[in-house]
Amino acid sequence: MKLTDFLFPGAFVPQLASNDKEGIIRELVEALVRTRKAPRGSVSGIVDALLERERLGSTGIGKGIAVPHAKHRSVREVVGTVGLGPQGVDFAALDGELVYVFFLLVSPPNDSAGHLAALELIAQTLKHETFCRFLRQCRTEQELVELLEEADQGKYAL
Amino acid sequence: MSRQQDEPQAECVSEVELRNPTGLHTRPAATFVDRASKFRAEVLLLKDGREANGKSILDLLALGAERGAHLTLITRGPDAAAAAEVLRGMLETGFDET
Repeated sequence: MKLTDFLFPGAFVPQLASNDKEGIIRELVEALVRTRKAPRGSVSGIVDALLERERLGSTGIGKGIAVPHAKHRSVREVVGTVGLGPQGVDFAALDGELVYVFFLLVSPPNDSAGHLAALELIAQTLKHETFCRFLRQCRTEQELVELLEEADQGKYAL
Repeated sequence: MSRQQDEPQAECVSEVELRNPTGLHTRPAATFVDRASKFRAEVLLLKDGREANGKSILDLLALGAERGAHLTLITRGPDAAAAAEVLRGMLETGFDET
């Protein structure tokens, strides 16, 4: 599995306009449906599922990273997108710090394995400090695309 | 197989099978880190030769541990034995997920 198998150019948001949890999630889901990997009519359902998951505990896992995720029947495979909040967002992260990097995932209801594999790959890549630093410096979608492609080519393997 | 000693540099090594139905995804990882962080002992989780700091959610997610995964839990420090017991129990009982 590669990052670009489930993170699709066209859905990246290098400079998120929102500065609250619901706004960020909505912005990323709106971006995701632009790629047609999730149907336009499913936006509010997916947003609700993601917010419901956040109520069980923030997906802000620390170190400025959040991985909002949920299952939703409108998708056929794991799909996701990347967003950056250069100013930092209060996402109620588990370490109490602001969040700068968002990897949002939506999985089909019965694909725990696909979800876990996508998370594994994202986490392995984010463990690489150089990747993280470059990621936070991205300001355009093209820069994000190039960085993820470099990661897929093994440039940031641990 | 577990070595347990109650001394400052105690180290416990346990082989554990992950029972969590959906694997070590974000919530169980967060729960594990929360509990692991209450101990002074260093906590490591190994899978297929890859090592994760048991007090880092990102590290645990990077293991991609699915249900039935065979993990090695290593705790090192003054409360290593207590940490091993609690954390092994969490991995083996499935974090109360149904």
